[in-house]
Amino acid sequence: MAIASAIVTIASRNPVRSAFALIFHFFMLAGLYLTLNAQFVAVIQVLVYAGAIMVLVVFVIMLLNLSNEERLSERFDFRKTIAIFFGIAFAIEVVLAIFIPGTFKNNLHPDSVKIGTAQEIGKALYSNFLVPVEVVGILLLVAIIGAIVLAKRKLE
Amino acid sequence: MQTIPLEFYLLLSAVLFVIGAIGVLTRRNAIVVFMSIELMLNSVNLTFVAFSAYMGDIAGQIFVFFIMAVAAGEATIGLAIVLALFRLKQSVYVDEANSLKL
Repeated sequence: MAIASAIVTIASRNPVRSAFALIFHFFMLAGLYLTLNAQFVAVIQVLVYAGAIMVLVVFVIMLLNLSNEERLSERFDFRKTIAIFFGIAFAIEVVLAIFIPGTFKNNLHPDSVKIGTAQEIGKALYSNFLVPVEVVGILLLVAIIGAIVLAKRKLE
Repeated sequence: MQTIPLEFYLLLSAVLFVIGAIGVLTRRNAIVVFMSIELMLNSVNLTFVAFSAYMGDIAGQIFVFFIMAVAAGEATIGLAIVLALFRLKQSVYVDEANSLKL
């Protein structure tokens, strides 16, 4: 399901359709996180990705009033072939890298239920990872200011 | 307890990453390229969460949290750039943004 919606995302010519396929894909991923006992990450996935980021993307698509991506597409056959070739090569490489060692534990760690909760993540965030949290806060502030400056109608 | 082996999550994540990479390389619409990048970030997140759950280590999920924050910032900046590009060129195709070419 997740793979199918991901393929629809990159394969459909209409950007709105691909955006909705991507939202579906994010929900599928949230379900996968739940199977991994990561409740907090699943909730954040739905809120941040399926909520905030996709609203932004859909808003920009509607704002720009895009049409389907059809003209000039045949001019890019050469580039597309190269891209697919590299994609397949990369896929083979990754699959080999995963399956050659082949010594993973096949069970969920017994602590995995405990560490997926918001309480444990919050504790870790504000004790061991306090400095990265502050840095991410500054990064988001810079991103907000940068977005406003870039999207302003006139740069004087 | 019968659980899904870790390899399946890694394989799924690899497949999603490759799909995202193909999307970045083949599409011309900047917004779709953008969504492909989000796809790749998400596949990496899946790997992090899978390892975090199987190793019993919380650092993986913390990392996912930071990746999401960076992705959100990247999304706002990227879409603002797309808007500015559209105002300049009346187009969001990445191969028409070639003003810096010699």
